[in-house]
Amino acid sequence: MFSHLRPALVSMGLFTALLGLGYPLAVTGVAQAAFPAQANGSLVRDARGTVVGSALIAQAFTRAEYLHPRPSAAGNGYDASASSGSNMGPLNDKLIEREKTDAAALRTENPGVVIPADAVATSGSGLDPEVSPEYARFQAARIAKARGVAPDQVQAVIAGQTQGRLWGFVGQPRVNVLAVNRALDARFPKGG
Amino acid sequence: MNWQGWAEIALTLGLAVAIGWPLGVFMSRVWNGERTWLDPVLRPFEAFFYTACGVDPKKSQSWHSYAGALLAFNLVGFLVVYGVLRLQGVLPMNPQGFPGLSGHLAFNTAISFVTNTNWQSYAGESTMSTLSQMLVLTTQNFVSAATGATIAAALARAFVANRGEGVGNFWADLIRTTLYVLLPAAFVLAIVLVALGLPQTLSAGVTAHTLEGADQKISLYAVASQEAIKQLGINGGGIFNANSAHPFENPTPLTNLITAVSINVLGWAAFFAFGRSVLAKKDVRALVIAASILLFAAGAGIYATETQPAPAQVAAGVDASVNMEGKETRFGAPATAAWAAMTTGASNGSVNGMHSSLMPLGGGIAMFLMHLGEILPGGIGSGIAIMVVMAVLAVFVAGLMVGRTPEYLGKKIEAREVQLSILAVLAIPVCVLGFSGVAAVLPEALKGLMHNGPHGLSEILYAYTSGTANNGSAFAGLTANAPWWDVTLAIAMAVGRFAPIVAVLAIAGSLVAKPKLAPSAGTLPTHGGLFVGLLIGVILILGGLQFFPALALGPIVEHFQVLAAVAGH
Repeated sequence: MFSHLRPALVSMGLFTALLGLGYPLAVTGVAQAAFPAQANGSLVRDARGTVVGSALIAQAFTRAEYLHPRPSAAGNGYDASASSGSNMGPLNDKLIEREKTDAAALRTENPGVVIPADAVATSGSGLDPEVSPEYARFQAARIAKARGVAPDQVQAVIAGQTQGRLWGFVGQPRVNVLAVNRALDARFPKGG
Repeated sequence: MNWQGWAEIALTLGLAVAIGWPLGVFMSRVWNGERTWLDPVLRPFEAFFYTACGVDPKKSQSWHSYAGALLAFNLVGFLVVYGVLRLQGVLPMNPQGFPGLSGHLAFNTAISFVTNTNWQSYAGESTMSTLSQMLVLTTQNFVSAATGATIAAALARAFVANRGEGVGNFWADLIRTTLYVLLPAAFVLAIVLVALGLPQTLSAGVTAHTLEGADQKISLYAVASQEAIKQLGINGGGIFNANSAHPFENPTPLTNLITAVSINVLGWAAFFAFGRSVLAKKDVRALVIAASILLFAAGAGIYATETQPAPAQVAAGVDASVNMEGKETRFGAPATAAWAAMTTGASNGSVNGMHSSLMPLGGGIAMFLMHLGEILPGGIGSGIAIMVVMAVLAVFVAGLMVGRTPEYLGKKIEAREVQLSILAVLAIPVCVLGFSGVAAVLPEALKGLMHNGPHGLSEILYAYTSGTANNGSAFAGLTANAPWWDVTLAIAMAVGRFAPIVAVLAIAGSLVAKPKLAPSAGTLPTHGGLFVGLLIGVILILGGLQFFPALALGPIVEHFQVLAAVAGH
């Protein structure tokens, strides 16, 4: 056993220097030089250069004139330093009550239309930046009313931000919430 | 369910096997000490390692010495991780200002990363400094994977040898696998992942001012470099609490496809490397086919369960065609199902959707794949090694039935090999059922549960299954950062890792001394459809059957409760 001590200690030291420092720092160097936008979190800035969020991370939207993201179990909701799903099992009472309450509220907003599942189900991360095209279209009437424009105009903005499946079969169709809301603000300035 | 979903699942699982093949040829060259195209760059580094460590890579070790070196290396690794995590608060590169970890959490985490389990009782973004993530966790992601690969290399030599002595040199296997296979693959993958959207920065994060005027603190890390080796090394421990469901770890369907394939690709490569090294490509093809059949069936099964009506969605009167709780929009049911099968079939444990929120049978299938012993295709090398153990047992069972001499790959299978094989596969049921039985009646343990009833039992079973099988995924409603859970799970992880490793090395030590036999008329063919069927039977009965009573009280009961709840509406 003692004969193994030197190689164990020395190799662990060398591995730590090479893999624990050299490797991540080398990747960081290449990443920051070649792909700075992605490497720093795909941040989105407004005209003044202020960071308004990340294209990849959900943020809370509650006002009627904005597209709303999926409900979130991250921290107290959309906490981008405390990602989490609800972890509730399919028969969890709190889950069933929460989905019933959320669905009842959505039904008053758009009676008679089928409510998509992602409108009431929390995502795995709590930071899902996207909603299904069905849930985005579901909200168009509310957004149009709040902004005083025709629903078709809002639907057109949503359609413009909808992404299909990769190669026609990988992943799911989806709509980035922050991108839609920035497009809405650009197209129909608030108060206008 | 739709054709796109089936096509996505088939592509993801199939691509891993297809890419694993050429990588396996390369891995076999690395194990055998043959020349590779990376030699001009890496040979000097390799030589420096040997000189500094004072080892002769050509000196073949007995299995005792090989196992001793492996255990010594892992012990040092444990102490380094434990020390750094405890001292995190006073070490540099801690822009988050996080304090050191508690004793029980540091103990659990150190065992977890050294054993290639990567069970996480903590949430990364509120616990780990940039230094801890890089210096100790990323390092262990590499070397724990390489440790697993060494036992397959040693076992392969034992099958090749004709009345040989040594099973190879542990240090050479460890250093060569790390330098030639893991490091280049991880570096390339990390750069690709950054290009596709993963962050890679030493900053702790930014504060955004949202469109509605709120402040949102966004945590950042050197994500891509750890993500790459987390998947390729079949580790599974995420930077963030939500793991690969987090958009910073897995932002698009393309990153999902690439990282899902990465979970299995080196596990399959080790299968093919073993086949090439032992000159038994046809026999290993049978093992690949048996494992693939089980893995495809599991992926299809989870896809089917996740498109059953979920009770909450039915009760709320919303669209119930897909159980969306705990799933990301961009992945949906098929990508989550394929990932769940691949991460539990391998000993990875990363998740792109929350397993606790899967439908009962979906979570049950994930648990069952871990019960089978992490051989579909399992960890790098550790998977093929335990698969060979299963094949040895299958040959033995067949020999008993038809009265033929049990032989596998030209080596006679005798009492000692069968005893050691049983020892290797016994660790999982003993730890899982033993600890779960105690935890189910211990108030101290039950405090951590989120659910009562069958789902609560599933939380317990899943935790000990995941720990013992060195998987690391969780039914994460369980609050595991408490002394009972941290310590018992650490014990389960250590036993589940090192008992099979020592047993496999002992088998290698026993086989290496035997003469290599030419196949005779009395040899059971181990490459045809009959053997594939027999092997699948042995895997299901030996690996799975002892867990059925426990599964019946957890996921299976809950499944019928779900059916009743849905029918009630």
